[in-house]
Amino acid sequence: MLLFILKRLFISIPVIFILATLTFCIMRVTPGGPFDKDKAIPPEIKANIEAKYHLDKPTFINTPAFYKKKWIHVLTETQYFYYMKGLAQGDLGPSYKYLGRSVTDIILDSLPVSVELGFYAALILAAYKHNTWIDNAAMFTAISGITLPSFLVAALLIYIFSIKMAWLPAGLWDGGWEYKILPTIALGLRPVAIIARLMRTSMLDVIKADYVRTARAKGLNEVWVILKHVVKNSLIPVITISGPLLAGIITGSFVIEHVFAIPGIAKHFILAVTNRDYTLIMGVTLVYAVLLIIANILVDVFYALVDPRIKLS
Amino acid sequence: MSETLKKSNSRSLWQDAWKRLFKNKASVISLIYIVGIILVAIFADVIAPFSYETQSPQDRLLFPNTTYLMGTDILGRDLFSRVIYGTRMSMSVGIIIAFCSLIVGTIYGSLSGYVGGRLDNILMRIVDILYTFPSLLLIILIRVIFGPGLFGIFFALTIVEWVSVSRIVRGQILQVKEMAYVEAARAVGVRHQTIIARHILPNILGPIIVTLTFEIPAAILSESFLSFIGLGLQPPFSSWGSLANDGFQAFKSYPYLIFFPGMAIFLTVLAFNLLGDGLRDALDPKLKNT
Repeated sequence: MLLFILKRLFISIPVIFILATLTFCIMRVTPGGPFDKDKAIPPEIKANIEAKYHLDKPTFINTPAFYKKKWIHVLTETQYFYYMKGLAQGDLGPSYKYLGRSVTDIILDSLPVSVELGFYAALILAAYKHNTWIDNAAMFTAISGITLPSFLVAALLIYIFSIKMAWLPAGLWDGGWEYKILPTIALGLRPVAIIARLMRTSMLDVIKADYVRTARAKGLNEVWVILKHVVKNSLIPVITISGPLLAGIITGSFVIEHVFAIPGIAKHFILAVTNRDYTLIMGVTLVYAVLLIIANILVDVFYALVDPRIKLS
Repeated sequence: MSETLKKSNSRSLWQDAWKRLFKNKASVISLIYIVGIILVAIFADVIAPFSYETQSPQDRLLFPNTTYLMGTDILGRDLFSRVIYGTRMSMSVGIIIAFCSLIVGTIYGSLSGYVGGRLDNILMRIVDILYTFPSLLLIILIRVIFGPGLFGIFFALTIVEWVSVSRIVRGQILQVKEMAYVEAARAVGVRHQTIIARHILPNILGPIIVTLTFEIPAAILSESFLSFIGLGLQPPFSSWGSLANDGFQAFKSYPYLIFFPGMAIFLTVLAFNLLGDGLRDALDPKLKNT
């Protein structure tokens, strides 16, 4: 098991490298640079700033160095090399817009908030799925949960619980538990609904299986039959879909953080995109990619735990 | 005698499917709703009582009343008319993106499934990577390249949506490819393109249509999310998503501003999903019984 996890982590390194290169290319072909909007900057100062961030260097290949016959500099004196060098050392570079703050700082500040939000959402996800298979009314909720856009859910929740009832705060993230309830529900509803629906179909399938009939026939207690034989086996398709669902929770948090004014990573990403803050955009993308890779490894491990027929390899 | 026998047996798969679909109440209602909403999108100019940009400063932020069925927004524009025009935008975004991703996904999936082997492996790995990548992140990155504008949205959403289509098409093709009639066609020397176009695709048309009905609401939802966080359609275009975003600014005092565009999204996505469920059951009755 440990070997499998290590192996998977090792394989992800080139994936992250390719992703970093791709994002780098995307950012560089985009018209407009991080300092373009500040029109007041005199050219000399702009040149200095660009020198500081290595933005004066060529993107991939340093042709002047080629003519000067400094062969090593052809590849090393480039923006790409400087970025990758920093990345290899775990440094995501300085933010071009939040002067004096590094991207790693900004992400470390806001990531826990996003992860916490996603974690709570995943918790209700786990709690919900038990009794759903009987209840038809739950299915209606589930279908609504799948089709309702999460910003509408969020707006409804705020309207009912913060404005009409004045029970819970309508936004921000000030540490208290009461701030966490509404965003968590708004973010978690859709994945919960999808899982509930899938779990129901899956359980209905499994309940008709021969081994369940056998289990009942030998006089096992009904609770035991359901828990041990039905639930465990119906979890398999649910786990399969939980990878993409986790990705959905992560991106879903973009909208929810926007609605509740939560200072999470999404806010920085949207700002970074409009500001052309190259390093911050790449930092956020990479951090998300790493999160997803870890989540997918966990899904695979869980898969093997539930279904012994699947061998980790 | 044989004539009558032939006649009584002449119901095709599609006629059967129609019959089964019309027995499903939820699907029929959804179908009527969808046809209605498409008509609204086409005849938006006729239906909307006001232009979507007419501002009447004296009528700002009015709650729904008999003149303004859904109230007015902060600039005094009639929300009902704006939702009607938003229908046109949202529906065309949904339908165009669904069709584009259908075409790309079908070509990609057929290639992967039909050729198989190493090519299949490589193509499917690419799909796997795209599938696990958070789609909103990808869309935003692509939007950055193309800047604000309609083309950027179509391109970005197609890139994200075609992936699931290609997976479904590939899976279907893998099943159909092994059928005896495909083998027979190959044995008599029919060209590969003809086999795919004439023998395989018509037989997987059912699942493809079902996929299409699920792709349209997915595209509408994605577009509304994008517009909601301000990275979607830019003025003067407005869709349900951007209307909801406009409404969000003031919804704490004027909840109807977000309620009506939101409901439009919700009902339409729900209708497409119910229709898709119904179509799936109608086209593949075996699926329902198991």
